[in-house]
Amino acid sequence: MGSITLTNIQKAYGAVHVLHDINLSIEEGEFVVFVGPSGCGKSTLLRVIAGLEKVTGGDLFIKGERVNDVSAADRGLAMVFQSYALYPHMTVRQNLAFGLENSGMAKAEIAERIGEAARMLEIDSYMDRRPGQLSGGQRQRVAIGRAIVRRPTAFLLDEPLSNLDAELRVSTRAEIAALHARLKSTMIYVTHDQVEAMTLANRIVVMRAGRIEQVGTPLDLYNAPANRFVAGFIGAPHMNFIEGEVLGATADGTTIRADDGSLIAVPVASTEVRVGDRVTLGIRPQHIALATGTAGIEAKVRMVEALGSETVIHAETLGQKMLAIVPGQRLLTSGDTIRLGLDAAPIHLFDAAGLRLATSGAQH
Amino acid sequence: MGNARGFLTRRKGGKGWHWTDIVTWVWLIGGLIVMFGPAVWLTFSSFKTPAALAEFPPSILPYVTQQVKVDGYEKPLALFEAKMPDGSTQVLAEVRRVGIVAQMVDPKAPGQIIRVNIADRQPVREIAFATENYTKPFTQFDFVQYLWNSVFVTVTATLITLIVNSMAAFALSKYEFKGRNAAMLVILATLMVPLSVILVPLYSIISTVGLFNNLWGVILPTVATPTGVFILRQYMLTIPDELIDAARMDKASEWQIYWRIILPLTAPALAVLAIFSVVWRWNDFLWPLIVLSRRELYTLQVGLSIYSGELNVQWHYILAMTVVTMIPVVLVFIFLQRFITTGIAGSGLK
Amino acid sequence: MAPSGSPKGSLEPKASASPMDRLAGLALAPVHLIMGLADKPLRAWQKRTGIGGMALFFLAPNMLIFGMFVLLPIVINIVYSLTGGTALFLSERSFVGLDQYRQLFNCANYLDAMTCQEDAFWTSLDNTFWFVVLQVTLMILASLITALILNRELAARSFWRAVFFFPVLLSPVVVGLIWKWILQRQGLLNFTLLPFGFEPHTWLSDRGFAFGAAVGVSIWAHMGFYTLILLAGLQAIPKDLYEAAQMDGTRPARIFWRITLPLLMPNLLVVVVLALIKAVQVFDEVFILTGGGPGTSTLFLTQYIYETGFVSQPRNAGLAAAASILMGLVLVVLTLIQLGVGRKNEAKGKR
Ligand SMILES: Nc1ncnc2c1ncn2[C@@H]1O[C@H](COP(=O)(O)OP(=O)(O)OP(=O)(O)O)[C@@H](O)[C@H]1O
Ligand SMILES: [Mg+2]
Repeated sequence: MGSITLTNIQKAYGAVHVLHDINLSIEEGEFVVFVGPSGCGKSTLLRVIAGLEKVTGGDLFIKGERVNDVSAADRGLAMVFQSYALYPHMTVRQNLAFGLENSGMAKAEIAERIGEAARMLEIDSYMDRRPGQLSGGQRQRVAIGRAIVRRPTAFLLDEPLSNLDAELRVSTRAEIAALHARLKSTMIYVTHDQVEAMTLANRIVVMRAGRIEQVGTPLDLYNAPANRFVAGFIGAPHMNFIEGEVLGATADGTTIRADDGSLIAVPVASTEVRVGDRVTLGIRPQHIALATGTAGIEAKVRMVEALGSETVIHAETLGQKMLAIVPGQRLLTSGDTIRLGLDAAPIHLFDAAGLRLATSGAQH
Repeated sequence: MGNARGFLTRRKGGKGWHWTDIVTWVWLIGGLIVMFGPAVWLTFSSFKTPAALAEFPPSILPYVTQQVKVDGYEKPLALFEAKMPDGSTQVLAEVRRVGIVAQMVDPKAPGQIIRVNIADRQPVREIAFATENYTKPFTQFDFVQYLWNSVFVTVTATLITLIVNSMAAFALSKYEFKGRNAAMLVILATLMVPLSVILVPLYSIISTVGLFNNLWGVILPTVATPTGVFILRQYMLTIPDELIDAARMDKASEWQIYWRIILPLTAPALAVLAIFSVVWRWNDFLWPLIVLSRRELYTLQVGLSIYSGELNVQWHYILAMTVVTMIPVVLVFIFLQRFITTGIAGSGLK
Repeated sequence: MAPSGSPKGSLEPKASASPMDRLAGLALAPVHLIMGLADKPLRAWQKRTGIGGMALFFLAPNMLIFGMFVLLPIVINIVYSLTGGTALFLSERSFVGLDQYRQLFNCANYLDAMTCQEDAFWTSLDNTFWFVVLQVTLMILASLITALILNRELAARSFWRAVFFFPVLLSPVVVGLIWKWILQRQGLLNFTLLPFGFEPHTWLSDRGFAFGAAVGVSIWAHMGFYTLILLAGLQAIPKDLYEAAQMDGTRPARIFWRITLPLLMPNLLVVVVLALIKAVQVFDEVFILTGGGPGTSTLFLTQYIYETGFVSQPRNAGLAAAASILMGLVLVVLTLIQLGVGRKNEAKGKR
């Protein structure tokens, strides 16, 4: 177990800069999840920590020791790969033993550790099979087992569930959470999947184009995204954004003229907003309610998805698409006119550069 | 039966014989005869005695004239079926021949000499395999030595080829380093430099390092095959890099990664290269001919060519030894032909 | 190291790979022991030099052998061709500039080999030229026909393919001896021709026929290889093209000229150039078959180089080197054509 600290980490392949100035400190026993769009450098960052890639700048500390020049083998970390990377020509047992043999461990202890891991992961029954004779889920367990037997300082997992089907993914996710609770070791986990990130993480690191956009607990990121990118990235479906110019800003609320000319008044205020500023309003589909009378803004229904417990409404207003998710079942058809109520909703304000503006008012 | 014929003669249209079907079968049957016939003929011939070999027209199977021991004669006598003046036939043993008349005796009553015109007698023949064609070269000539030299060269060269080529292929497929493309280019470029172009300087290098008249002088120049590096590298490129990363996380050294992960996973390509290499090295001729000038160092190919080039060609031994030389290749053909053909069809390499 | 990682199994546990696996396992078994022992010093080397040093280590043996026995000779060859004398070691040879080349090209009349100082060179060149023309043309034709036939709907296709492939594996010496045996006076050929009223004939002592035999035997020995490549090319042509043509009622001859041949062309070009490269170097089987004779009727370029450099007294390494460099130039040109063709095919494939 141990802490991992990254200071000003840079990584470039020739002229291609993949990581820019990454600063991050991971506490002992913490479960940290890296998320971000494809190609943003999550895997690269993980591999830099693992020692599989050499940094081109900055320092990396594991348990307080600078490990820039320590090889992957000697960093005491274990990794679970997206493709599992099990050795196809070895049995499950040999796969688990390979790393331990390489560190010169006594046979008896190897057997004991493998036995323990096999029981924990319930893979005892196919220890003498080759990876090619296992199902995806079984391979996944073996891959985790191979990391566990090493008793590493930290586990690095790169999209470990992305090759599993939806159902298996849910159950394995729970098992990984249980494993973390049990082993209490540091885990760094890369994923595309929001739900995985939200459910597993102590802290989530949102990355974009080789930079860290925000680090925080799942709810922090959900409730107070630091910028428009994080706001759009965390939470599914995406947050709705309305761009416009500030017409009036009082302590009770803000009035905005959207790009098509219509006015919207929202009950949030920010001391950072000046009349004439360009801002972006952000509101999650789940936070929109159907309003009656003259409240809210008028919208045209384009499509309705009735999921039973809730209804997803694709609407068009202010010259752009808006998504609203309302509880229960609604009798709506495309072409109907509805009113979307923004009053009670937590509304986010972002400035022209996309940064979050501190707001007060009707939050939560 | 009808089914089998239907299967064998299954054709495109299914209605009657088109002329192309006839051409196809003529070509195929002709091919079968022309391609296998010579080797089969050679094999049959290799079991014939020198006398039978000198016969024309030749027989297909190895016949010898039956001999019999007759009282009163030291040497065994040849048996003939002779037509007697009275029209009957009788089996007689020939004592000697004078002009067109043969002096013969009845083996059961050896006392009396019977004269028979040689046109009236036919040898009594039986099938017999002249196995001494095979045993003699091994026991009395150096062929055991040649065989051993060939086996040594083939096995050693193949092993070294596999190791050296796979190491290079590993470096060229799994490492990023300066000069990698240059190394690859050099290897590919030398694909076009055949032995016959560098014969003279290669010979001088071999002499300079003292490998002239040394089997290692035959082996070493052949082991760094560009073809081998190429085949193996192409295969290794298909092994996922994540496996190597996983092994590195598992504290494996680069050397261990090479021999415990990469080599086993490259086994299919290594096997193909091994088969190729065995055939190449077994069949090598010109280079061993140049490097080896002492009889006890000859490989089978060189030994055969020297023996067959002699003034008084002893065909019965040559034929037998040619068959011996063919054996490994025929075995490869029978058991591994499929791998070779798919290997060639896939890579276009010979 | 525990012996757990024995080299069994391929990427996927397919049953079909078993004989190859077993073979590889056998070949590698003794190697594995040594490799385990080699790990300690190599770990130390890796610690000191890192991945770069290991790359060097893996590459070194191959490149060393390669440099010494392929690259170095190419360089030395050029030096050889510019020096004279009978000495083997370069230090003892005198620089003669382009004299060797001048000697090769010294002819009174370029249309008549006999008027040249090195008439053997020109004879071998002439022979090689005609050999290449005849052998490549006929062999490609035979291979193409065979491939077309094998590509038909045929029972036991892989058997028939193997039939034509068999001679490819035979050693040139064996090929030469087999045919020498068949073509001799008491041989199979005379026997076969006997019923048709032909007198027995010593074929290989006839200049014209010996040359023909050289061409024929080398076609026999190599056509299976080219058939294989052409067949692979034919089988890569999508079936539905033929079906579409048949639906249109296209005649078979037209299908061949308009569909098969154009689509096979890339393969055919590669095969032609490969065959050319091989034919220029013709030596082994012909040398065994005819020894270059009768006279000089089957003396080819490689044999000329071999005899000039190694057999003739005194040996003339300089002249042999010059001749081999000329041959090398021809091969380089052919190879460049091949690479060009290959690139063009690739570009076409991408489109
Ligand atoms: N060896 C390399 N050479 C050059 N560029 C590379 C190399 N490896 C990765 N990159 C680039 O670095 C960037 C980050 O890649 P990385 O694999 O870390 O993305 P990722 O966030 O893991 O994406 P994904 O979610 O799709 O796995 C990509 O733009 C990729 O093209
Ligand atoms: Mg990734």
